[in-house]
Amino acid sequence: MALASMIPDLTPVLPGLIFYGLSGLAIVAAVAAATAPKIVHAAFGLMAAFFGVAGLYALLGSDFLALTQVVVYVGGILVLLVFGVLLTGRTKAALGLERPIRTMPAAFAGGALLFGLLATILASDFGDGGRTLADLPEPPSTTAALGRALLDPNQYLLPFELVSVFLLAALVGAAFLVRRRRDGP
Amino acid sequence: MTTLALLQSIGLVHFLVVGAVLFCAGITTVLARRNAVGILIGLELILNAANLNLVAFERFGPAPLRGTVFAIFVLAVAAAEAAIALAIVLNVFDSRDEIDVDETTALKG
Repeated sequence: MALASMIPDLTPVLPGLIFYGLSGLAIVAAVAAATAPKIVHAAFGLMAAFFGVAGLYALLGSDFLALTQVVVYVGGILVLLVFGVLLTGRTKAALGLERPIRTMPAAFAGGALLFGLLATILASDFGDGGRTLADLPEPPSTTAALGRALLDPNQYLLPFELVSVFLLAALVGAAFLVRRRRDGP
Repeated sequence: MTTLALLQSIGLVHFLVVGAVLFCAGITTVLARRNAVGILIGLELILNAANLNLVAFERFGPAPLRGTVFAIFVLAVAAAEAAIALAIVLNVFDSRDEIDVDETTALKG
């Protein structure tokens, strides 16, 4: 009992701690992805940013999306990007002939855009009544509701089916683009 | 504002600011990189920032699930885009031994 009273109750500040930790991870990783001279390092920065954003999804109560983010982005898209880096890096980068990235003008443009966005966000009223995470009710698990919404003809069934056709088209298109040509170029 | 109050006041604006920073990092990546795969990395950052905003607005807004559903569709489009773009990049690399976007100017008018 004495020990329990010595440990401070962290419950009210826990969302804040988690938020600042995850968003710090995401922002540092994203800036590293933007400025790393080597493309492989940028890919790893992107991976850390994906994990940070997945954590923020979980903090916002979108448990299904957080897991999908890890599976699709980290497990799929990032692996694809790293394959792209490995398959295309054999010439100039290996010889150190790759030209350096244009950090300064790009950082200036990105910084100006960020300044404008932050000014707009801070000046806007989003009609959320200044609520914080603690004021919101505990979110229910989204997975079952999401499955029902996606397969409900009155909600998202049509876009869901269209996406399946779209993904099939992308699959066929990607396979067609990288096929080996037998009869010369 | 004390640290305690700062930690207890995580609202919608906090998530929007993180989204804005990620978006601008993505824009910077797209502008800075000459490597086509690097530009794809920037694109993924931009899409992630947009998704974060969608989910944040859903959580602090009145309509449950809408932002998540939209984010899932964005995810599907991002996956298809990455696959197609990498196929194109590999094709360009096959024919030119080069994926520097400043050098591949055959279609430039």
